[in-house]
Amino acid sequence: MAEAFIYDAVRTPRGKGKKDGSLHQVTPIHLVATCLNALEDRNGLDTALVDDVVLGCVTPVGEQGADIARIAVLYAGWDESVAGVTQSRFCASGLESVNLAAMKVMSGYEDLVVGGGVESMSRWAMGSDGGAWAMDPRVNQITGFAPQGVGADTIATLEGFSRQDVDAFAVRSQQRAAAAWAEGRFGKSVVPVRDLNGLTVLDHDELIRGQTTLDTLGQLKPSFAQMGQMGFDATVLRKYTTLEKIDHVHHAGNSSGIVDGAAAVLVGNKKIGRKLGLKPRARIVATAVMGSEPTIMLTGIGPASKKALKKAGMSAQDIDLYEINEAFAAVVMRAARDLGIDMDRINVNGGAIAMGHPLGATGAMILGTVLDELERTDRQTGLVSLCVGGGMGIATIIERV
Amino acid sequence: MTAVQFNKDADGIVTLVLDMPGRSMNVLNEELTQPFADAIGRIETDESIKGVIVTSGKKEFLAGADIEKVYAMTDPQEAFDMSEAFKGFLRRLETCGRPVVAALNGTALGGGLELALACHYRVAINNPKAKFGLPEVKLGLLPGGGGTQRLPRLIGIQPSLPLMLEGKELNPEKARAAGIVHELADDAADMMAKARAWIAANPKAAQPWDDKKFKWPGGDSKHPANVQMWAIAPSMASAKSYGNYPAVTHIMSCVFEGGITDFDTGCRVESRYFAACVVSQVSKNMIGTLWFQLGGINKGSSRPDGFERGTVRKLGILGAGMMGAGIAYAAAKVGIETVLLDTSQENADKGKAYSAGLLDKQMKKGRMTQQGKDELLARISATTDYADLKGCDLVIEAVFEDRGIKADVTQKAEAQLAKDAFFASNTSTLPITGLAQASARPKNFIGLHFFSPVDKMPLVEIIKGKKTSPETLARAFDFVQQIRKTPIVVNDARGFYTSRCFATYPMEGMTLLAEGQHPRSIEMAGLQAGMPVGPLAVQDEVSLSLSMHILEQTRKDYAAEGKAIPEHPGAAVVEKMCKTLDRPGKKAGKGFYDYPASGGKQLWPALTEHFPLAEPLPQQELIDRLMFAQANEAAKCYEEKVVESVADTNIGSIFGWGFAPFQGGALQFINAYGVDNFVKRSRQLAKQYGERFKPARILVKMAKEGRTFNA
Repeated sequence: MAEAFIYDAVRTPRGKGKKDGSLHQVTPIHLVATCLNALEDRNGLDTALVDDVVLGCVTPVGEQGADIARIAVLYAGWDESVAGVTQSRFCASGLESVNLAAMKVMSGYEDLVVGGGVESMSRWAMGSDGGAWAMDPRVNQITGFAPQGVGADTIATLEGFSRQDVDAFAVRSQQRAAAAWAEGRFGKSVVPVRDLNGLTVLDHDELIRGQTTLDTLGQLKPSFAQMGQMGFDATVLRKYTTLEKIDHVHHAGNSSGIVDGAAAVLVGNKKIGRKLGLKPRARIVATAVMGSEPTIMLTGIGPASKKALKKAGMSAQDIDLYEINEAFAAVVMRAARDLGIDMDRINVNGGAIAMGHPLGATGAMILGTVLDELERTDRQTGLVSLCVGGGMGIATIIERV
Repeated sequence: MTAVQFNKDADGIVTLVLDMPGRSMNVLNEELTQPFADAIGRIETDESIKGVIVTSGKKEFLAGADIEKVYAMTDPQEAFDMSEAFKGFLRRLETCGRPVVAALNGTALGGGLELALACHYRVAINNPKAKFGLPEVKLGLLPGGGGTQRLPRLIGIQPSLPLMLEGKELNPEKARAAGIVHELADDAADMMAKARAWIAANPKAAQPWDDKKFKWPGGDSKHPANVQMWAIAPSMASAKSYGNYPAVTHIMSCVFEGGITDFDTGCRVESRYFAACVVSQVSKNMIGTLWFQLGGINKGSSRPDGFERGTVRKLGILGAGMMGAGIAYAAAKVGIETVLLDTSQENADKGKAYSAGLLDKQMKKGRMTQQGKDELLARISATTDYADLKGCDLVIEAVFEDRGIKADVTQKAEAQLAKDAFFASNTSTLPITGLAQASARPKNFIGLHFFSPVDKMPLVEIIKGKKTSPETLARAFDFVQQIRKTPIVVNDARGFYTSRCFATYPMEGMTLLAEGQHPRSIEMAGLQAGMPVGPLAVQDEVSLSLSMHILEQTRKDYAAEGKAIPEHPGAAVVEKMCKTLDRPGKKAGKGFYDYPASGGKQLWPALTEHFPLAEPLPQQELIDRLMFAQANEAAKCYEEKVVESVADTNIGSIFGWGFAPFQGGALQFINAYGVDNFVKRSRQLAKQYGERFKPARILVKMAKEGRTFNA
């Protein structure tokens, strides 16, 4: 079977996902084109050799609706022979794209595939595409739907993470992200977004608050207590029968930020790399997805990671660096506990609490982040994992070559 | 004589008068719908007809569907077809091209209101007793005559949902404010005049939803505000229903999907969900018990025949505590002159003040006037003087549960009473036959077991002593109905019926606690089973100290009779909580729960120290144990003839101690589970958890004979 190698990984900076965010001025397709053109330019890529572009997008409506991957190929000026497909695995979509690209390559059916994702959360609000789960009352009721924030608070309650614990995690994410930017650790991947005149719109992740302290976070009110009162706590308590109440500890400061952004990863087999004169940066060792309990929704990281590790014949301790998406502080803390690993190996340059989580793109973004860091510190193996809506987990293991 | 009179006048206005022969109320069945459909056929083909008024020849407009027919239906196709047929002719009515007015002379509920909603205009006589609503959900059904489609299109999705999900009934003023009724009339003549005027002014009436430019009030299901509401509504509904009421889910689906499709498709969708409701076990349970069995009780199925209906004009109550005060309120509310007697004037006044407190709360909510309050309070006289009891038709004692005290007050009261007056004891534990020994006229002595709080609880358990006469029973029965409560009749045995069965619920909960099940999981199991309160919380309400007292009394009684007491494993928990841990219950502010002064309650954190956790059982196992314990005890009571009718057993369980209404009561629970399956499962539970689960003999026999409990 063919092996799948990562030849390059790029991303846009992450803009604050509100109307005063820098990338609110920019169309989502422009964010994708920025990444595709960067892959093309950086690698002197003959785009006609690319078989397919797989993009994740969680809210594929309006400007980012229909199949944005194919239209972005055309808009970016890539060869019209390049196909494009858009998919959603909720928050895992970006990493799913990379995994699908790897599978296409490893199957031998395709040689060179781009996997990535895009989300303009400022222009097309999360949830605005509806969906049976939240919208159809019967589905909602039968499956025990609750918003993710309530699920995150449930994890904290079950695991005994206090408000102080989750806030401390958030402070660390901010400090690590700020330090990483100060040292230019993201320079390799981040491609500034420019307007049609070539003027820079954004060249850095604009959500980071390096000055965050426990005191500043302590002033924030819990974000999901009210939702909990509207019946969602009750939904959780019917399933987690030993809990008497949910401790609502998450808020805007210890949950992932709402941002705009895009990412793209170039994946191919050995032969195509040689043909293009590209040096592989890493090999995709194993991937996994699996379902988890849907009402909490956010506990899939441990099980999915273990599944991937088993496929790879590795243990959690064999992994040098982890990138675990900071959907909510408690999610990562629980995942660390599930996997039995220390925080010093996880998200060493901060995560989505500091920099934001552009839903469809994040997985591809943090894959690039871990690869850059492995190279910078000359380590070998990395594992990327995200919790996923609907109660799922995803994991990808890479190894430098 | 036809059920639908067709009267055409000189102006070309047809009045359809619904007036089913031989019935006091109009109900929707073929006897009505067939002539109605014929009438529509005539209207459709007669161009000289300028307008239609639909009204009723009865006191009320139309009560709703023929429940008997719905109850008997088990084939979903038949239910679907019925729903489609009804909607079919309503659709013809509203698209007949002529203005159609519903002239609502009285109550229109369920199918009755659905018929009115298919008219273009609704005028109602402003009689505050008339009710309009779609209460189908209370019987596990949904409005299958287009109600789930027309009402939201008329008044909006969000305002329509509570009306259907909770089955709220509105008086004419509220119905008009809600936009269901367009206009109110003073009387029948005014109503007909207004109907005619509207027809004259609107010769080309059509329903809003048949207008191409129709816009949903408040938006359709895709409207962002509604999308957000749809995400939350199911959780809010489940927080109350624990997912036990499929009609709730189906109603939401009808409205949600109807808010995406066109009107006619929405109607098809409704028929499909309606059929699912009709054939559901839950609707069979609820209709069987809460419609037919309750109806039978209300008609006097447990009342001895041959005695004229009695009315209590003056009532005496001995003891102005919580129960006495509550009974006084209930009696004064229906106009009975009430004497509330206690040992001190202060206590008696305090008992009367309880009514004032309840009335003040109602005034705050706008449900009571100052005058109404004054009148009601004037009917209660608080006293210490037994002479004030003169002229009472009935005296109820609600003093401390002590035979001596009870005997004393009985004699003092009887001394003041006329020969034909009767006397009742509101005891919940002491045998009536024994208490009657203190009475000079034991034939006129009976038990009336009220439930706390009396103003809210709908049931009274009537206990026949050995010497209680049938006439006294009939009078007691009539009195219970007079104060608008539901009577069940039971025989004199330890714990009577409701207390004895109810006790199995907290007892089993405490047994689970002793076995190391998580207290919160035990509570949740009770709630998931459909009980209103968890078993530990309800034990706190009853108070552990009271249970301890009863336990000790029972132990003494058994010892006196020389019998060995069959002690429940839950008894050890009562004893430990009371005697070792000093946690006597809610009143003391500490039981299984802590009751902080700031309000609310939380499980006592140290509970799991004193009852250490073991391996958790599956939640369904907990639910089964809590429910089987109650149902099996109810079957034993029925077997022992403590309670003699299936209806009394089922209704007593729901109204008396809150047995899951969707199960249709304790015996219907066994029916629905399958008597044979119940016996098998009981034996399994008995083997694993103890002899108390051993199925009642009557069940074993019924399983063998393939019988079920039938009212």
